[in-house]
Formats: sequence, structure tokens, C-alpha cells
Amino acid sequence: MELSGGEIVVQSLKDEGVEFLFGYPGGAVLHLYDAIFHQEEVKHILVRHEQAAVHSADAYARSTGKPGVVLVTSGPGATNAVTGIATAHLDSIPMVIISGQVGTPVIGSDAFQEVDMVGITRPCVKHNFLVKNLADLAVTMKKAFHVATTGRPGPVVVDIPKDITAPNIKIPYDYPKEISMRSYNPVVKGHSGQIKKAVDLLLKAKRPMIYAGGGVILGDGSEELTAFSKLLNYPVTNTLMGLGGFPATDKQFVGMLGMHGTYEANMGMHESDVIIAVGARFDDRVTGVLEKFCPYAKIVHIDIDPSSISKTVKVDVPIVGEVTTVLKEMIDLIKSSDIKVDQTALESWWNQINKWRDVNCLEYDRNSKLIKPQYVIEQLYEVTKGDAFVTSDVGQHQMFASQYYHFDKPRRWINSGGLGTMGFGLPAAIGVKLAHPGSDVACVTGEASIQMCIQELATATQYRTPVKVINLNNQYMGMVRQWQEFSYESRYSQSYMETIPDFVKLAEAYGHVGMRIDKPEDVRPALEEAFAMKDRLVFMDIMTDRTENVYPMIEAGKAHNEMKLRVAPGTPINRDLA
Amino acid sequence: MRHIISILMENEAGALSRVAGLFSARGYNIESLTVAPTEDLTLSRMTVVTHGSDEVIEQITKQLNKLIDVVKLIDLAEAVHVERELMLVKIKAAEAYREEVKSLSDIFRGKIIDVTSTSYVIEMTGPSDKLDAFVEAIDEDAVIEVVRSGPMGMSRGEKGLHL
Repeated sequence: MELSGGEIVVQSLKDEGVEFLFGYPGGAVLHLYDAIFHQEEVKHILVRHEQAAVHSADAYARSTGKPGVVLVTSGPGATNAVTGIATAHLDSIPMVIISGQVGTPVIGSDAFQEVDMVGITRPCVKHNFLVKNLADLAVTMKKAFHVATTGRPGPVVVDIPKDITAPNIKIPYDYPKEISMRSYNPVVKGHSGQIKKAVDLLLKAKRPMIYAGGGVILGDGSEELTAFSKLLNYPVTNTLMGLGGFPATDKQFVGMLGMHGTYEANMGMHESDVIIAVGARFDDRVTGVLEKFCPYAKIVHIDIDPSSISKTVKVDVPIVGEVTTVLKEMIDLIKSSDIKVDQTALESWWNQINKWRDVNCLEYDRNSKLIKPQYVIEQLYEVTKGDAFVTSDVGQHQMFASQYYHFDKPRRWINSGGLGTMGFGLPAAIGVKLAHPGSDVACVTGEASIQMCIQELATATQYRTPVKVINLNNQYMGMVRQWQEFSYESRYSQSYMETIPDFVKLAEAYGHVGMRIDKPEDVRPALEEAFAMKDRLVFMDIMTDRTENVYPMIEAGKAHNEMKLRVAPGTPINRDLA
Repeated sequence: MRHIISILMENEAGALSRVAGLFSARGYNIESLTVAPTEDLTLSRMTVVTHGSDEVIEQITKQLNKLIDVVKLIDLAEAVHVERELMLVKIKAAEAYREEVKSLSDIFRGKIIDVTSTSYVIEMTGPSDKLDAFVEAIDEDAVIEVVRSGPMGMSRGEKGLHL
């Protein structure tokens, strides 16, 4: 089979089983778009901004485990994609981003729409390629998918000059089934000696904690994590990226940890004597100030990426390997071990944890006459029976969603954790809905974030992706406002927007249903109505309490046991304070 | 502590900038960097001299290993090794100073590789501190220019950094 460069790219996508290609055409990729025109297998999703193409493909990947694929043109198309690429990079999402480039003869001449894409993306990709010869194209595509999806996943950019895709130059197409690269051999199996050491340490623990992150989701290890945790009956906490990796409604789950984690999770970490970190990377939002992080604990760390180990927190037993393989081996070892867990110690540890739980750190004023954002998320959880895919933007609403929507399954909670990219939520919801047309998809957002990729309402119209936008509208950049309240004596510098659009009319202008909700008693019926409209995108503009803050909070420079709580432990909530 | 990291990497466009970019992005310092293809033209060997605590050096080697183009690397400072640096120095050498420069060069086992009536270019190899000592021994005003390769090295004995 002889194919042109453009056809080779499209054929390689078919060979990789790519379902959707998110993109936006332009000069340097016209040959490629012509090749796309001649086929129907790979469905192209035309976004309204390249950033959104990457977010949609990224969320497709997060919700399915399959790589997300993007096609953008050179220059501004490529630079617009960079925010999305960096977002995927920090959360280790498998993606292949194909960018057009000016023709090889003019590279380096500041040609029209020329930008050094390989140079610009170098620090925010797992790897990138510039294809300079047509003969290298197929094998480069194979390498891109291989690198993106194996080991610690990540985005890979393939930059293709226009002349490489020219329709009149054809070469035999031979797509490799397998590929091996001498410089790239990700580890799979953990070191058995280390695993044995870790298991011994774990079994002797008196105040253990299982701290599980996004690696459990990415590595499809939630079944193993659950089995492992059940076997030991140890408390489990998840990072923001790890939510759903262990069922949130299970009694062993103590909630999320970190800056806006629960009292019981953070206190548990602080007082613990043995911590096992599973696919988590001791991010600064998780650890708080490093000097005071888990002062009494010996730490076991399972991670597929050696550079994650002892990067910020020095660990005692590092294990480099796949979460699933290592956990399975641990389960077998625990079952056959002579060391038995000290059940008395474990019982008193659980008693202590339950006392912390009784602080009820996520309680809020339920009698307020204003709509509390927490209440909206609780109602969303109930109306969707806890089974929706929830995407979010970045800010207070993101934290409320993570705290009050209890994810029992992996790949249901889709958010930009590492980079914290506002504008992620709506395109992400579209990507998820395309992958799971039969499921409920909610985008929890705020009036500031949603405006960063609001143009994607048009994409949703075009591809009939009936997601539900839950806009928690407090007329502030809530998280910025909260920090300014706590740390800048409430000087709300630029965190307030004077001109917020009429979102109902805006939604209608794009062909969707708009709703405005401003009373607490209307929240539930409105949500029910919205989710009953199976074939419509519903934009729910929900006017929430403008002064609400996210609690608990570990402020800058503080440790896990120095949380700021809504109310001091033991103090009943004053119902008159609204 | 000073470390010499020897890296075997794919001889591909952009490989050097990946290493340099990694050091600047993560705030590691590079004292010197030297690179050239090996006897196998598909591979380049790079030598990076850097300073850092054990923790920092551990991160540097892990991050370097994570680069897809890096095939193998070793930290030469971890074992006995030999290292050499090449230097070319252009020195004003007229009249009385001419003889002095030549004898200094001989003492340091340098080679004069270019001669004019007023200058010499001297080639010298050795450990970096020897080259420092030579430059210091020359009258500061007489030095016209100095160019150094940065150190490179290999471990002693039979074992080596290869595929």
C-alpha cells in the first residue's frame, strides 16, 4: 500500500484504534485535513479553540484509559495547544498531539505561522518529535503512541512539516506492530526484596495510612488497591487525582488529604507511624510544609517513575514498578506472612480516627437562605446517584466537587490537578460525553473558569453532547477571593467581575437550555429537570453564597495538624450565622 | 560536591537541548558540558560537570534517565576514574617573555601549536586544576584568550559505559 504523508498519519491513527481526533485546521495541516476528508473511521471533532481540543482529548483519555489524540496547525494553532499539553503533562495523561509545521525548506526562516513547536513544548511533554523525512513518519507515529501510553504516561508531540504530508509523494506504508527503543524501557515489576521489606513494615504498623494517588487510576489499579486495603483494614486517603481509586463510600475511606483534605485524613497522616504511598507524588498541595510532614512515619512509596521517589520527601522503602503488579505481589505476601497485624493497636487507631471524623469537618450551614455550593454538589451527587462523570474547572467549585461528590469508581472525576488550568471543565465534559454517550456528565464550574473556554458551547451544539454545566456563580474568583480574605486582609484585588454575562441567554444563543437558580429549594428540582433532559446541554447558572469558603484548609507554611477549620472541633455550628 | 555525569544518548537533533533545558528548568547548575558522537555514530557521549548535594545529584541522574533520548549514564564521581580537559591558550610572547612562556609550557607539558613573532598558542591537557595552575602562572596581561573543552572522563579498569 503506497500512501502520502497525510494518509500515513490518518492510517496510523486507524491502526492505533483512534476513535476521535480533536482538532482545528489551518495552512500547515491542509494536506492532513484532506486525508481526513476521505475517510470516516477516525471521527474528527472540530473545536472552537485549540486549547479546548487538547482538554477534550485529555478528558477522553482520563475517562477511558485510551490515548487522546489532537491535530492542530502550526504557529498559533500550536501555541494555543500548549496550555492543554502542559495540563496533560502534569497529570501524566497519555496523549498524542500532532502539530503542523511550515515546510522543511523554510524552517528557521521566520516563515508565516512558524514557531519552534518542539522547542516550546520540550519542558511540558514526555517526549516530542520533528519529522524531517517522510520515511520516518510511520515509525515516529508508532513511537509517539508507545511512549505516550507506557511507563508513566504523558503527552507526546509529533511536529510534521507541511511538505512531509504532500499528497503527490507516496511511499509504501508499513506500520510496525511492536516497537522497542533501546533508550526507553519502563520498569514493570517491583524489586521483590523491597516489596518484602515494605510488607514487613506494613504488617508491624500500629497507626498505618494508605495514601493513594492518581497513579492508581492511570495504572488501572483500583481493584488491587481496594483488595489490598480490605485485606489489611487500614484507613485509606486519596489525593485529588486519586479520587475514585478507592470507593469513597467505603467505611475505610477517610476522605481526601492535603490543603483542602479532611480533618481525619490529614490528622491521620500526621500521627501515622507507617505510610504507604501508592502512585502518589508528595505534591506540595498534599504535604503542606515539608519540614513538618508526617514526623512519626516510616514511608513506603510505590511509583512507576523513579524520579518521583524521594523527590520532595525522603522515603524509607522505595519500590519502582507498576501499581497493579506490586500490589498483587504484596497481597500474596501479606496472606502468606507469619507476621500478624496487631489488631488491638489497629482498633485503637480506628477509634482515634473516628474521633477525628466526629469533628465533621465538612459540615456547613444547612439552614442558610442562600444557596451553599456544598449543598449543590450534595444534591448533584444524589440526583446522579453518585454515578456521573464529573469534570471540573479550577477553584473553589473544584474543591467542593472533590469533597462532596463521593466517587466510588475510578476515571469518574476529571480535573486538572497538577497545572490547575481554568477552562478545562467544559471541553473536558465534551470529551467525556463523546466517550460515554450513555452516561451522565456534569461539568462543575464557576462563572470565572467557564468563561475561559465558553466558546466550546458551540462544539457541544455541533456534536450534540448533552452535558450539564453546573455553574456555581458567586460573582467572584472564589479561591482568589478566599486567599485574599485570609492573607491580604480582604483586599479583593481584581478577584471580582463587574460584568458577568447572562448565562441563560448565552446558553440559548448557542442552542442550549439555560436555567438560573437562586433559591436553595429550587436546586434539587432544577437538577432533576436538567438531568431528565437527556438530549440537551443544560447550563445551570446557580447563584451561590458569595462569601462561602473552602474548609478545612492548610495555609501556606502549615502542617497537616494545623488545619484551619470552619468551626473549632467540638463547637456546634451557629445556625444564625448566614 | 562536584560530580561528573557521563551520558550516552541517541545522536539526534535536539538531544543536547533536552539535557540543557532540563538543567535550567529544574534549577540545577552546569559547570561544563561537552558532547560529541562516539565510535557508534548513532550515539553521542556527553559529559556534564555539576555541583549539588547527594539528593540533588540523585534527582539529576533520575531526571536525565527519564529523558527518552538518554540510553545510559554514570556518575563518574562514584568510582575511581580518570578525567582530562583540553585547553588552548593564546599568549603574548615577545622578547624576554618568549623564553619564559616556553619553559613554563614545557613544565606543564604543553605544546606550542602556533607561533608568530609576538604570540604563542599553547595546547595543554590534564585535570582541570592543572590547567588552572598554568593559566595562573602566566602573567595576566599576557593572556590573549583561553578556550577550554570542559572535563571529560571515564572510569578506570575494564568496565565501561557502552551498550
